Amino acid sequence: MSLVRAETLGKVYNTVGVPVPAIRDVSFAIEPGAFVAFVGPSGSGKTTLLNMIGTLDPPTSGKLWVVDTDVSTLGRRHAAEFRGRHLGFVFQDFNLIPVLTAAENIEYPLLMVQRRPAAERRERVHKMLEAVGIVELADKRPDQLSGGQKQRVAVARALVTNPQLVLADEPTANLDSATAHRVIELMRAMKDQFGTTFIFSTHDPRVMAEAEVTFRLTDGSLDQGPPAGSTRHG
Amino acid sequence: MVDILRIASRNLWRYSRRTLLTTLLVSLGILAVLLFKGVAGSFKTLMVGQITDSMLGHLQVHRKGYVASIDNLPLNLNLRPPQVERIEAALKSLPAVEAWSARVKFGAMFSNFTETTNIRLVGVEPADEFRTVPLLPGRVSNGSSAGRLLAPGQLLVPELLARGMKVKVGDTVVLVATNKDGSVNGQTFLVAGILASATGPGGRDGYVHIRDARTLLRMAEPEVSEVAIRLRALGEVRPVQRALEATLGGQVNPQGQPAFEVHPWEALTPFATIVRMIDLLTLFMQVMLVAIVLISIMNVMVMAVFERVREIGTIAAIGTKPGRILGLFVAEGLLLGVLGTAVGTAISLGAIWGLNLLKLTYKFGQADNLVLAPTLAAGDVLFIGALAILAAVLASLQPALKASRMDPIQALHHV
Ligand SMILES: Nc1ncnc2c1ncn2[C@@H]1O[C@H](COP(=O)(O)OP(=O)(O)OP(=O)(O)O)[C@@H](O)[C@H]1O
Ligand SMILES: [Mg+2]
Repeated sequence: MSLVRAETLGKVYNTVGVPVPAIRDVSFAIEPGAFVAFVGPSGSGKTTLLNMIGTLDPPTSGKLWVVDTDVSTLGRRHAAEFRGRHLGFVFQDFNLIPVLTAAENIEYPLLMVQRRPAAERRERVHKMLEAVGIVELADKRPDQLSGGQKQRVAVARALVTNPQLVLADEPTANLDSATAHRVIELMRAMKDQFGTTFIFSTHDPRVMAEAEVTFRLTDGSLDQGPPAGSTRHG
Repeated sequence: MVDILRIASRNLWRYSRRTLLTTLLVSLGILAVLLFKGVAGSFKTLMVGQITDSMLGHLQVHRKGYVASIDNLPLNLNLRPPQVERIEAALKSLPAVEAWSARVKFGAMFSNFTETTNIRLVGVEPADEFRTVPLLPGRVSNGSSAGRLLAPGQLLVPELLARGMKVKVGDTVVLVATNKDGSVNGQTFLVAGILASATGPGGRDGYVHIRDARTLLRMAEPEVSEVAIRLRALGEVRPVQRALEATLGGQVNPQGQPAFEVHPWEALTPFATIVRMIDLLTLFMQVMLVAIVLISIMNVMVMAVFERVREIGTIAAIGTKPGRILGLFVAEGLLLGVLGTAVGTAISLGAIWGLNLLKLTYKFGQADNLVLAPTLAAGDVLFIGALAILAAVLASLQPALKASRMDPIQALHHV
């Protein structure tokens, strides 16, 4: 079964009284272990779609399954629990907790979300520090790290709970292209190492090229037909 | 829980200047309350001691209706011997009672053979009286050193009257009294001592031996006007009053009304109002403390939540449950409260210790050179600390709730 499946999924924002359709009747499926990019111009609906998959924003029409769960009807508390158990997040602005060291930031979901015992936390944090190659930065605070190093910590934090799916909305937008490339490389290596599915959004063509599967969004709709060089699942 | 506290303490450390300021504010509130409680409490204890230990005792039992006309010293409202026996039996059964004194109170004419005036007198069994109001002997100044303070035939004269009538220790004076049947009787007395005034009702009464009082009043049987009672502890007043009312309450007079009335010292002196004022002020200070803590902690916590909206969005997005986010911010408020309370309590204890070293004195009524000895009961310190910490938690609850209810997407986009 697909890891993510959307059927005529739609989202209309009504914040200023006028309905703004951000996503219009999109249907797609993403298989486990995929490395997927949603691409498209600004305002095309990438963030909206990722937020819906991430159970941060409920759809207004259609159906959406993530990890065998119908997430279109999850309540606030259940959504939080679902995210804590099955999902990892990487943010455009890294969003590390400034008072915690790199290692403690990575530990945070194990401690505050999943409440794992100390020994298990120590072991997993160390494993992640090694996996993303920042063991020597373990005790540094976020303000002592470069952008690329921060995003490595963020990737480690997203993966430390062994989620099935990691969502990254424009993870490289705040990085120079060399660093961006290395972060995407890291995510792909993590996918290979842990079998985690990655979904990210970008409008950087060079980052797009790294994806194994690419979905193009225009004005809230998925473009028909996969672009050259990519496979389309579902 | 420990982890939440650890993260909370880091956040406090991150804004160390603000944390310091808030801690200081809470400490000052604690200091004000504890100092006031210590000093006012010491003043209150001394004042109550002066009142109860120089004439009133802690409780008094009279025949029903006596206190209502206490200013006339009504001789027809005295207790009869069987009634006195019942009261004494009740008192013997109460372990909280330390001593009691049966008194005959009456008015008389006082003559130094050239002039005559009115005097209010208390007839007492000296040993009982001095055990019941232990400060009384200290009010007596007599030429010779203290031996037996009040033998039959002797009189203790209140100092203002002695001065006005120009009598001194060793003089002979005449007391003339009218008994309840209207018959008049007189007797000579030796002035055995001059009695310094005490503050409050009865503070300017003279003293004679109870046997003389009864002879002077030509009593057919040994009557008693009031029984003054001393307890082992001031805190026993209410329970003993209730116990006495319970045992004596069943006693009725031939008219079917209760025969006795029991009054605590507060009901017998206007100075009890001062004590109530002190208690009220203490309460007011505590309300102020709660207000200070509430306002200062709520203020920092609102700021903390506002500054960390994006951080809240992040931890909510990665699956931190609302309850844990709430706990994180409440823990910060709790830590601030605990920190301020600890610092404030330490300073207060130091200040109280210092005040005791200074041995400040003050005056209450005629009694001066009362040493200010502020003390703090452990219970009071704990109560005030708990109050401040509770207020701190309450103050952080609203901002913490706000944080826990934030929508992750909006919070993440907050700039
Ligand atoms: N909270 C909201 N209220 C109203 N309209 C919104 C809201 N969020 C997004 N939109 C609208 O929905 C559409 C899609 O926005 P979205 O942020 O998903 O695009 P995007 O592809 O992520 O763009 P970008 O590349 O600039 O990040 C836009 O027209 C946007 O104005
Ligand atoms: Mg976007």
